[in-house]
Amino acid sequence: MSENDPKPIIRINGLSKHFGAVAAVDDVSLDIMAGEFFALLGPSGCGKSTLLRMLAGLESPSAGAILIDGEDMSRVPANRRPVNMVFQSYAVFPHMSVLDNVGYGLKVTGVPAAEVRARATEALELVKLDDLGARMPDQLSGGQRQRVALARALVKRPKVLLLDEPLSALDAKLREAMRLELVNLQETVGITFIIVTHDQEEALAMADRIAVMDQGVVRQVAPPAELYEFPASRFVADFIGSVNIFEGRVSEARDGVITIDAPALPRPLVVEQDKQVATGAKAWVAVRPEKIDIVKAGAGPLTETQEEAVNTVPGVVEEITYLGDLSIYHVRIAEGAEGLVKIAEPNFDRATNRPFTWEDAVMLSWTADAGVVLDS
Amino acid sequence: MSIFRPRRPPPGPLDYTRQTWMRLVLLGTFVFLYAPIATLVAFSFNDSKRNIVWRGFTTKYYEKALANEGLIEAFMNSMTIAVLSTVISTILGALTAYLLWRFKFPLKPVYEGAITLPIVIPEICLGVAMLVFFSRIGWPTGLPWPFNLGQITIAHVSFSFAFVAVVVRARMANFNPELEAAARDLGAGEWAVVRDIIIPHMRPGLVAGALLAFTLSLDDFVITFFTSGPDTVTFPVKVYSMVRFSVTPEVNAASTVLIVITVAVTVLALWIQNRQGADKSG
Repeated sequence: MSENDPKPIIRINGLSKHFGAVAAVDDVSLDIMAGEFFALLGPSGCGKSTLLRMLAGLESPSAGAILIDGEDMSRVPANRRPVNMVFQSYAVFPHMSVLDNVGYGLKVTGVPAAEVRARATEALELVKLDDLGARMPDQLSGGQRQRVALARALVKRPKVLLLDEPLSALDAKLREAMRLELVNLQETVGITFIIVTHDQEEALAMADRIAVMDQGVVRQVAPPAELYEFPASRFVADFIGSVNIFEGRVSEARDGVITIDAPALPRPLVVEQDKQVATGAKAWVAVRPEKIDIVKAGAGPLTETQEEAVNTVPGVVEEITYLGDLSIYHVRIAEGAEGLVKIAEPNFDRATNRPFTWEDAVMLSWTADAGVVLDS
Repeated sequence: MSIFRPRRPPPGPLDYTRQTWMRLVLLGTFVFLYAPIATLVAFSFNDSKRNIVWRGFTTKYYEKALANEGLIEAFMNSMTIAVLSTVISTILGALTAYLLWRFKFPLKPVYEGAITLPIVIPEICLGVAMLVFFSRIGWPTGLPWPFNLGQITIAHVSFSFAFVAVVVRARMANFNPELEAAARDLGAGEWAVVRDIIIPHMRPGLVAGALLAFTLSLDDFVITFFTSGPDTVTFPVKVYSMVRFSVTPEVNAASTVLIVITVAVTVLALWIQNRQGADKSG
């Protein structure tokens, strides 16, 4: 893990890539540690794939430098870089057997045939395909083809393995299984993995650290939990998971407690957070749907969380989305208010016994440490 | 186990091949396409000087054709030219297709259009142009065989490489560029990428293009007629000159041999391709 070995294997310094007038990657600086599982996360067109291709040497930077293990790679062509890539389409060579595919990277660089065979077989064992070496790619399933692509990249023993949307072509069940397997594989081989994905769940599940990218710029770099709980901006909060954002102005900031006047809400919001904010400045409060408690208005005694909750808002249930394990309630908090507040509640009871239904008056509440104050 | 044989279900709305009217249309098409060829082959065995009435089976016209030195020489010329021009135009066509697929350069659409010109220009114009061109630059005549076939070979290459280029270019259109990137990423240099990834992908296009070039060259008459001299008669030109006197079964016999060769080459090429396909899945 990165804590034990904080040596950066990749240093990216002021890296930019322009396509005509468009900056696909705009002045990005990043350090990626040896042995880390690093994710580049962002919506499509945010420049994450371009960044990855520049690391691989398949795209040349317009400005900036890439250092891999201390060596400047800016002028080194793709075929001489100590990194290998798993492509989105897997790019398994259709006219070669599985074993030939895996051995190709060794054979083409002049490794003796016997060693190519031994190492390719070993790599196939690593991805549990050792009995399919003689098969042709068109006889493999999508998942198997991906394993071939993985083995083919790992057989070269790269310093860094790059994965471009490796799971996007698999179906949901397989995708979930492959996530775990990729993490285990990375722990086994100990190689730094850099994965590009647009799926925040994937990034949260697998990565040690995540860089969120948007319009060619890195918005935030943090471990998954920190990214989810303490997003640095509205973009990150909104992109990672689901979130309710209330706009307002800081009315008081003292002793780690920030009070914000939100015009859409009847009472000011209270957030416990150590953050430098100027009184009177524009600010946003982000609250995750699962951190909001929902009860029928005026019904029964308050629950424990509600007693602690300093933020309470009345509202009316407008929509209910049933997801099996969860239900998402969309609540209108004021007459004519813009947007609905989302609340995620686990379905402990069967959905037929839903505690409230459409048009019910409800009370929403959350504690002071549930929200995050954002200034951008 | 049932003692009843399962009944075949009635044809579905999209089972065109099982509908009677479709089968009749198909049959009609085959008759229209192949009846003349079948007649030609049949009458090559006709024991009659005139090709009108059936008078009994014979193979003597095959013997006669084989003994006709002029015909054999024309045939050898044709085969030599076809092989040479196929090899050259396949290489040139593949290079052209690679260029068009791989690179962006100014006036590329113009270049792409110019490549296909030999396909659309009337053959007669191309023939005349070749004749004028070769006499203008003073191409040497009377060279020993096979150098005397140079003019015809060049003329054939000039139009058949365009066909190869078009076929191979179409094949490259569905090439996944990530395959090339993957090979490069795994350590392959420029040449290794072409040898290991691009040429194997091109192969079906190369085979199809080469077949096309071979048949185009073998049966070309118009352009050849303008570029051939008295010593360099090709098979179609020779047949034409024979037919000018009378359509004897000898011509039929020679044509049948040519058809057999063409079919054999095509079957061979298909077999090679299928064998590669079988290797893939075997």
